[in-house]
Amino acid sequence: MITVYLDGQPLVMGEGLTVAAMLTLSESSIARLSCTGQPRAPFCGMGICQECRVTIDGRRQLACQTLCQEGMHVERTV
Amino acid sequence: MKNHKTLSCDIAIVGAGPAGLAAARAASVSQRSIAVIDDNPLPGGQIWRDGPQVSQLAMAKDYRRVLSLPTVRYLPGTRIVASLAAGALLLEDAQTSYRLDYEQLILCCGAQELLLPFPGWTLPGVTGAGALQALIKSGASVAGERVLIAGSGPLLLASAATARAAGALVSGVYEQTDRYQLINFGVGLLRWPGKLAQAFKLFSTRYRWRSHVIEAMGDRRLEAVRIRQGDAEAVIACDRLACGFGLVPNTVLAQHLGCSLEDNAVAVDRYQQTSQTGIYAAGECTGVGGSELALVEGEVAGLAATGKVEQAQALFTHRAYWQRFARHVKEHFGLRPEIRRLARVDTLICRCEDVALSVLAEEQGWNAAKLQSRCGMGACQGRICGSIARELFGWSLPEPRVPLVPARIETLMACSEKDMS
Amino acid sequence: MSLQARTAAADVVIVGAGIMGAMCAYELASRGLSILVIDNGTGGATGAGMGHLVVMDDNPAELALSRYSIALWNTLRKRLPEACAYRNCGTLWLAANDEECGLAEAKQARLVEYGAQSEWISASALRQLEPMLRPDLAGALKVFDDGILYAPATARWLLHQQDGRITVQEGDVTRVEGNRLCLSEGGWLTAPAILLANGLGAFRLLPDVPLRPKKGHLLITDRYPACINHQLVELGYAASAHADDGTSVAFNVQPRPTGQLLIGSSRQFDTLDKRVEFDVLGRMLMRAQDYLPGLGELNAIRGWTGFRVATPDGLPLLGQHPDQPGLWLALGHEGLGVTTASGSARLIAAQLLGEAPPFDPAPFRTERFVGVASHTPGAAA
Repeated sequence: MITVYLDGQPLVMGEGLTVAAMLTLSESSIARLSCTGQPRAPFCGMGICQECRVTIDGRRQLACQTLCQEGMHVERTV
Repeated sequence: MKNHKTLSCDIAIVGAGPAGLAAARAASVSQRSIAVIDDNPLPGGQIWRDGPQVSQLAMAKDYRRVLSLPTVRYLPGTRIVASLAAGALLLEDAQTSYRLDYEQLILCCGAQELLLPFPGWTLPGVTGAGALQALIKSGASVAGERVLIAGSGPLLLASAATARAAGALVSGVYEQTDRYQLINFGVGLLRWPGKLAQAFKLFSTRYRWRSHVIEAMGDRRLEAVRIRQGDAEAVIACDRLACGFGLVPNTVLAQHLGCSLEDNAVAVDRYQQTSQTGIYAAGECTGVGGSELALVEGEVAGLAATGKVEQAQALFTHRAYWQRFARHVKEHFGLRPEIRRLARVDTLICRCEDVALSVLAEEQGWNAAKLQSRCGMGACQGRICGSIARELFGWSLPEPRVPLVPARIETLMACSEKDMS
Repeated sequence: MSLQARTAAADVVIVGAGIMGAMCAYELASRGLSILVIDNGTGGATGAGMGHLVVMDDNPAELALSRYSIALWNTLRKRLPEACAYRNCGTLWLAANDEECGLAEAKQARLVEYGAQSEWISASALRQLEPMLRPDLAGALKVFDDGILYAPATARWLLHQQDGRITVQEGDVTRVEGNRLCLSEGGWLTAPAILLANGLGAFRLLPDVPLRPKKGHLLITDRYPACINHQLVELGYAASAHADDGTSVAFNVQPRPTGQLLIGSSRQFDTLDKRVEFDVLGRMLMRAQDYLPGLGELNAIRGWTGFRVATPDGLPLLGQHPDQPGLWLALGHEGLGVTTASGSARLIAAQLLGEAPPFDPAPFRTERFVGVASHTPGAAA
């Protein structure tokens, strides 16, 4: 099991999940708010649509193409 | 610059799905150095996507072995930012940027889902059909959730099967094409017995034809979907809607490299060579056709790129068999006109910049729309809304701009160093 | 009625629907004239540029034109709809060292003369104002009236004003001769006055006009929570902007209202290759990071190029063609076309209608470089 921090809150999970999958384990699967404030979640699942971009360890990256790592910090883009 | 490296190889292969792996395997026999670049963290592409909830096919495992050969350098989680010059690509992964020099290039960029807009399609809980499959394979939890699958094409059944296996309650699979087309499709499958068996295995009693989504409903999250089935409408409560209207080839990198397109796919000759000498393409970026076709095309490309012309020729018959299958699928899942009219005036077309249909409908073409409405100006660079505009308005796809995907400024800065000029 | 049979297409036919053509149309139509604007839809500097409204002071003529233009924008800006994205963010001219502090002081003195308000920002105040900048800068000169706008939307808005007196038509002009022009679909259009405001496109129509393209690169980031608050430009920018040769880069970054950073700038001569050149882009970004150390971590989403069209002395050509009565030029604004569109259009209108010019038109006379006289030694201004 590994621990990932989502907006500062620890989440314990098995290994091998993508950050997008991890979001579905949280209270809300939202990745970001759109430019008009709408909630958005992973959509295309394969690195095309950019809906799931979040800040991972300080850099903006795609949740659907990033594997969770022990101690990783993920912040939603709001 | 720290965090920047220069690599070189004889053959660069873009994509580690079936086509890319087959190309790498065929080319590896020559003992030439190979680099396989893939944006996913794990190999397999979409169809052989690996993850915590996947029991991988033996064939997929077998093909993956090529990535651990000493002559093969595998770059997972790595995106192609731009072509720097003939024979040089700029890449980045989560930490590092790379200049990759190559002699020959094989594009196996795959396909993306055709994701068409309907009211509510931006609500969390709505994904593509293949997207749901990808998310589940990557570890997303859907156990006990009520899932609806809709759209068009054989992917719907595969997606439903994946969701069901992960514990979801699939309450319906809604295919837009009509019964007549489906029966013809099924009968036609007799020519590809393996595919027929697969269809039987995946078939669901929840499968409905001539049916499609009208709208997704919910307050900040999906709560229900309005479905039209034949002439009747129904509202069905659900937690997830997975909706995709088939696949379209990924041609962005090929266009950027100056390769010609034909029928919205990368144009190739019988050796899978594109209009640019030394650049080959295989798999669904050259036309959607499934993994069997991708495998044989990848093999032809890998052989041709290493000069094994006769061995490549020996595969042409086998390739033609699967090319016929690709045409068979395409012929039976054409979109009905009403599918292109699902969006209402206030439905967003550009999800990056939140541009509604009403704004776009006033524009004459992609360039004006982009300049005036910001449609396609966001992070996805029109990858989603560009395909939509093509389907809805007949506009041509946007010209790829660099960086081809969002990239760190640090990566783009690395290009000014002496060795990069 | 066929095009051939037409006598006057409008009071004035303008070639080019970019910011310059649109502003000229707006200005002339406001005086009651009917205007036909013809554009080939290929896009030019209006769509490619930054949309920085900035007073430039490299010579008195440029300062007079840009200062007058900014004043006009200030009266217009209240009417611009949100799509034009006007923001009165001001410009911070950054001084990296004592020498550049001296440049700032001289600049301030010149601006005062023309009524442009500015204020010296100390090093510590600058750190408060723009914390993303590197902390060791010596200070900055803030020019208050400068701003930004989104030029493509502004051009379109201008063309929709004036109660229908402006008509826009898609078309490709292949020849101009005095007060008539030929369209590629065939047929000549005649009007009392024809105005070329088609930037780079004028090359093809008037090969003897010495216009030189200066290629520039721009890059825009993803949206981020507000990083900077003013248009930030290094004081060395002018040196880069007025170099005559070679490739130069300068730090020039704009905060878009979207939260994106628009990063410039580069200058290259005598190329019409639209491709992004990574060597130049890289140098430009290194320069930008030198001022904004955190920049490298941000994601860029799009890079592109555009061409500034420059005359030999860097000032635009504003007026009638000396040898072709009825043919008017509003060309060669280099990187300052969005800023000076308002003032240039006012000057063109004044000359066309015989009004008193709003500022000294002499430095912008077309005779400097155009027509038979300009080719005889010593004739150029």
